[in-house]
Parts: sequence; structure tokens; C-alpha cells
Amino acid sequence: MADKADKNVDAFTGIETTGHNWDGITELNSPLPRWWLWTFYATIIFSIGYMIYYPAVPLIESATRGVSGITNRQIVAEELAAVRAAKAPIVDKIVASDFETIAADDELFRFAVAGGNSLFKVHCSQCHGSGAQGSPGYPNLNDDVWIWGGDMDAIYTTIAHGIRDEADDDTRWSEMPNFGTDELLTGEEIASVTQFVLQLSGRDHDAVQATAGAVIFEENCASCHGDAGEGSAEDGAPNLADALWHYGDSEEIIRAQIAQPRHGVMPAWGERLGEANVKQLTVYVHSLGGGE
Amino acid sequence: MRNGLEAALVGLAALAALLGAAFAKDNLFQAHAWVLFFVLAVSTVLLLRRVQFASSGKAVTEPDTSGYMDDVVRYGVIATVFWGIAGFLVGVVIAAQLAWPVFNIEPWFNFGRLRPLHTSAVIFAFGGNALIATSFYIVQRTTRARLFGGNLAWFVFWGYQLFIVMAATGYLLGITQSKEYAEPEWYVDLWLTVVWVAYLLVFAGTLARRKEPHIYVANWFFLSFIITVAMLHLVNNMAVPVSFLGVKSYSAFAGVQDALTQWWYGHNAVGFFLTAGFLGMMYYFVPKQAERPVYSYRLSIVHFWALIFLYIWAGPHHLHYTALPDWAQTLGMVFSVMLWMPSWGGMINGLMTLSGAWDKLRTDPVLRMMVISIAFYGMSTFEGPMMSIKSVNSLSHYTDWTIGHVHSGALGWNGMISFGAIYFLVPKLWNRERLYSLRLVNWHLWLATLGIVIYAAVMWVAGITQGLMWREYDDQGFLVNSFVETVNAIHPEYVMRTVGGLLYLLGAFLMVYNIWRTIRGDVRHEPAFAPVKSAA
Repeated sequence: MADKADKNVDAFTGIETTGHNWDGITELNSPLPRWWLWTFYATIIFSIGYMIYYPAVPLIESATRGVSGITNRQIVAEELAAVRAAKAPIVDKIVASDFETIAADDELFRFAVAGGNSLFKVHCSQCHGSGAQGSPGYPNLNDDVWIWGGDMDAIYTTIAHGIRDEADDDTRWSEMPNFGTDELLTGEEIASVTQFVLQLSGRDHDAVQATAGAVIFEENCASCHGDAGEGSAEDGAPNLADALWHYGDSEEIIRAQIAQPRHGVMPAWGERLGEANVKQLTVYVHSLGGGE
Repeated sequence: MRNGLEAALVGLAALAALLGAAFAKDNLFQAHAWVLFFVLAVSTVLLLRRVQFASSGKAVTEPDTSGYMDDVVRYGVIATVFWGIAGFLVGVVIAAQLAWPVFNIEPWFNFGRLRPLHTSAVIFAFGGNALIATSFYIVQRTTRARLFGGNLAWFVFWGYQLFIVMAATGYLLGITQSKEYAEPEWYVDLWLTVVWVAYLLVFAGTLARRKEPHIYVANWFFLSFIITVAMLHLVNNMAVPVSFLGVKSYSAFAGVQDALTQWWYGHNAVGFFLTAGFLGMMYYFVPKQAERPVYSYRLSIVHFWALIFLYIWAGPHHLHYTALPDWAQTLGMVFSVMLWMPSWGGMINGLMTLSGAWDKLRTDPVLRMMVISIAFYGMSTFEGPMMSIKSVNSLSHYTDWTIGHVHSGALGWNGMISFGAIYFLVPKLWNRERLYSLRLVNWHLWLATLGIVIYAAVMWVAGITQGLMWREYDDQGFLVNSFVETVNAIHPEYVMRTVGGLLYLLGAFLMVYNIWRTIRGDVRHEPAFAPVKSAA
């Protein structure tokens, strides 16, 4: 291979090659492009400046704080403090007021609905849906059917203490017996009650079975769901005479729910979100259209 | 490969795998040991058949007059293409899964398991095989020496394929140590370590017996890639297995130290695997295909050392605005910003090597492919430092912008330079006059380019949309959007992204057809690309 002493010149560029040759590849001895070099220097100078301004150099037990003294934590703390301070007057008023006062005060009401909407998107939409439309097992909050009551105080209790949340002593609790799996009713009896429940909500049903089912219903179900299946918010027993169904409206699902009921759980939000937030959520959910 | 010792050793390993399955402490380890057993048992049978029929030879093995060991490179090229198709295909599948969740098939083929399969298949299986094959080819040519270590190169090749199979089947079974790009569990990591040390021995041994006085720049990049990946792999995978017959292990690091170690590894997988290694490829194939001298020897020295010195510190930019201390975030950012020009040094050296040969772009779609890859390299190595700036990162982090950035680098730079290298190598390795069809190469080029442009553009839109929606507050200081609303907003982009990926995959299928016909020895009669009369 060519020695460094006998340098060749590339005909096209007029630049010397280094004299190396690998498998036919040679190299020009071009200088570093100036714009490249100066831009490289500029990024280094920027970096040194940035390191002087911000925390950068690790020491034994801490790090240089930088001329600015700015840290991520401090920025977050300041921004959060500013937001809290701006909201404080109105948030304090919401905490101090009862729901009637909030509903009557236009400013408080609009703030509570906006805040509740935002909280709902973060904490509630996963189960109840972004538009609070619900899905099987997760109630639609836009309608006027409420399992545990739809006035502000009832909604507040449900949100604050949850439903069947064992970690909260004041949680909502109801439990429908396993009529099938605990053999409280026979399969035939369950089929009859199912037909009666269909009759209650005015749907197609087997009239003979439903008549038999009416007796069984009165003995086993009416104490919670009411004689006409109208339900009871106090016991968390759903209304069976309307057209809305918690887990689904098919005969099969109704029968399964009697044989071995599913029991939904909602977490208690009181401690996690705090009084002001739970109140805002209450006002928001109440405002969705079905609040009593 | 021609004697029985290898067959006996692989057979013994198969027996060990069988024992592993028998005494496994958990079901996953048992399933994985069965996979290993079947792979090794089939390998043993194939090896024994080779012992018997060794003299019959294969169509490709003509008398080797070059003195170079090229059979392993031929296998490497085939493996590169095979894993490339597999990786791109899984990529299209998971893109479709994101757009239409119904494509998630539980439990083995859901997004969570297919995503690491995709990333590992394209980075380590496709990219890794491309790097091993091209480095074996290049180091022999540029040192004028045969590969060191005899059959050790074969061990590297087959050992690496075994690593890929074990990693891939592990992902589908749900075995993971949940470190991004380092998902395989401890026993697969140990095996890769053995293979990688063998790779280093072959490569460094070949350099040591070189007949050239100097070491070519491509080999600097390959060597830095092999050594650094060994170091990254060893440190990031330090873990204590719960049992030597079980899959689970616990990392040696905890909390933010674990995160920092992981991103030191993760970012340098990009830096040394996907950048330094592929620059080694670029430094050989571009001057060979353009038949021009490398633009600047000095630039290659300065940008090489600057690149490898700066890259290793840039990892913390993956952890901006996290529990990582401020000082480490600052350093991660400034080292990334300083990395801009050293990265562009490779782009300049690649593109300027074409000075005096720009007219060839009219007639040579392979060279065009290489130039496009360098252009994408330049774009993504500008985008990377920009995204590492904290105020930019506060918008881009955790969004699909990052995915777009990675793919303009991976599809554009790594993919296209590998395709260029494959189109360069296949006619040479199989002694063909030329490729079966240059027109098909051109179709591949444009399909792939269009695919990348669609992919990157829609991911920019999706990422910036997400970033802006996540941080949107109303005038009372309340968050405006729920997470699912931001997902709904980018659904059209997810669909478009799938289309972009499909185009890229389609181009790759054209490549498979083209090189298959080339290897068969076919030449398509087609009009050549018209050269341009030089105006100068």
C-alpha cells in the first residue's frame, strides 16, 4: 500500500488523499468544515453556560446549585402553590357552604361544575365513561335512575364513602343473597321470578310462570325491591320496574343475577380527594341531568 | 461445521435443556426449556446430516479463492432479511393493534408481549445480524485477513440466532425483566454474553492479524460498538436469579438508580448499536458504491472520538422531569446538545463522499438508497438533541413524537443503509454479474421512503396533539381532557401509521423477491436508468 510519503491528489476535488488504501477505498485529507467546527464549539459554549446557570456538577453529597438556583421540585412547588392560592378563596367558600348555597350562587356553582368535570375525567371516567354514560355494571350518571339516591347529599355520601369499599367504615353496603348457588330457590323458581321481573318492566314474558313468580317475589324480593319492584335507594336496591338495567336486560343476565348476584364496588374518594373536590364532583354529577 | 464434535456438543446441550425442563421450578422456565430443547434437538439432527453429506456441498460454495470466510456472511445476509421481514411484520401488527384493539389476541399475541418482540426483532435480530454480517465482510476486506478463530465465527452466527429465538419465545410466553430493549431474563442474558465475547474475539483477532498498516475507520466504529455493547449489556443486566431453574431475577439496582442504569443502557443501545455500528457500515459501502474517496479523514477521526465520548453521557435525557436529580438531567441534556455536530460529522462524511459522483444517483438506486439513509440519519440526529432540550421534552416526552423520532431513525437510517448493504453484498457474495432488477430496488426505495414519511409525519402530529392536550388547562385552572379523549383524538394518525408501516413492509417483500432471484442467478432484462451528460 502507498506510504504516507508519496501522496496522491484526487483529480476531481484537487485535494490530497492520506495515502491509505483499503480494498480500493481512499480518503481525502480535507480540513474540518468550518461551519461544522464552529457549530460544535457553539454547542459546547452553550452547554458550559447552561451548566453554570442550572444545577449540574455532582459533588460528594450534593451538587452545584447553579447561579439560578432553580430546581424541578421548586418549579413544581411554586406553580402548584400559585394555582392553589388563586383558587383558595372560592374553594374555601365551597367547603364552608352547604349544597343549597352552592347551587344558588352562580359563581360557586359554575366553579364547582368545571372543577367536578375535570376531576371526573381523571378519576371517574375509567369506569363511568368520559361522558358519564356508564357501561354494564357501571351506572349511567346522566339519567334520573339512582341506585343509592340522586339528591346532592346522597351523591356526596356515595362519592365520599364509596360502595362496598371495605376500607371505609361508612361505605354504602347492600348484599343480595345467592338465591341459586346457596339453594334458597330452585332453578324452576328462579325461572318463574325471572318471568315476573320481566313482567314488572312491561316486557315479553311467560304469563303462567310470572304468576307463580309473583308469589316467590313477594316472599323473597319485595322486602328490598318493593312490592311493585320500585326499588329502594335506602337499601341500594335497584328499581326493577323501569327500562334501565344495571348489568344488562336479557333474560339470561337477569336469571344469572338472581342465582348468583354480582356486587359492584366503587372506591371511597373522600380521603383521597378531600372535602372540596368531593363536593365539586357532587355538584357536577348532580348537574348532569338526572339530579333529584 | 463438518465434524461430529459440534453435533455432540449441541446434543449434550439439548440434553441439559431437557433436564432443565424436568427440574424447572416454575411453569414458564419449563416451557422455555422445552423450546430450547426442541431447537437444539433439531439443530443436532441437522448437524449430524451435515456430517454425513458434507461432501455434497451446496450450490453457493464455489471454490473459495479469495481466502476470505464468506459463507458465514452469506448466512448472515439471509438471516438479516428473514428477521427484517419478521420484525417489520410484527410492527405492522402492533400498529394495527393500537388502531383497532380487537387485534389483540390473548394471552400470547397481545400488544404487551408483541411490542418487545417487534423492537427486539428489528433492533437485535435484523440490525444485529446486519451488523455481524457486514462487519465480518468489511473487516476481512479492509485488513486483507481471513476471520480469526476458524469456526468461532459460525458459533457467533448460530449462537446469536439461538439468543434471538430464546428472547422472542420468552416474550410470547410472558417472560420479561421489564427493562426496555433488555427484556430477556438472566439465563438468556448470560448466553448472549458468551456469544458477544466470541464476537469480540473474532473481530479483534482479525484486526490483530491484519495485513494493512492502518485500521480503517469502519473498523473503529465496529470495534467501539462491540466493546460498548458488551459493557452496557453486562452492567444493565446485573441481577440475582431467584432460582437457577426459574425465570425470575431481581435487578442489582433499585429505584432511580435502576432507571438511570436502564437509560444509560437504552440510550447507548441507540448510540452504539444503531449509530456507531451502522456508521461502520456506511463508511465502507458508501465509498465503495460511489467509487469515491471518503470526504475527510480528519473529520472521521474528530467525529468518531467526539461521538463515542459524548454519547455515553446522554442517557439521562430519557428521565427529564422525573425523580432523577436535577444535576443529572442537566448533564444528560447538555451532552445530547453537544452530540449534534459529532453525529452530523458522519452525515457530512457520507454525503460529501459523493462529490464527483452525484450523477450516479440518476442511474444507481442502490446508491440512492444509501444517500436517503444518510439524509434520515441527519434528520434524526438533529431531532434527538432538540428533543433532549428540557423545554421541548416537556411537550414531547411520553408522546408518539418519540415513536416517530425513533422510526425516522430506525426505518430511515438503519433500515435503508442495511438494504443498501444487502443490495451491494448479494451479487458479490453469490458471484452474480448484478442484481436481478434495479427497477425493483427503485420501487423498494420509494415505497420505503413514502412509508417512513407517512409514519414520521403522522407521529409528529399525534405526538404534538397528545402533548398539547395533556397539558391543556381551562381559564379556571382545571384540566380539560381525560386521557381517553387524547387517545380518541389521535385515532386517525394511528390508522395512517399502520398504512406507512405496510408500505415499508411491502418494499421489504420486493427486496426478498429481488435477492432471491439474484441468488438463483436470474437477471431481469429491463431498460437501464438513463445517465445524465455532465454539464461541467
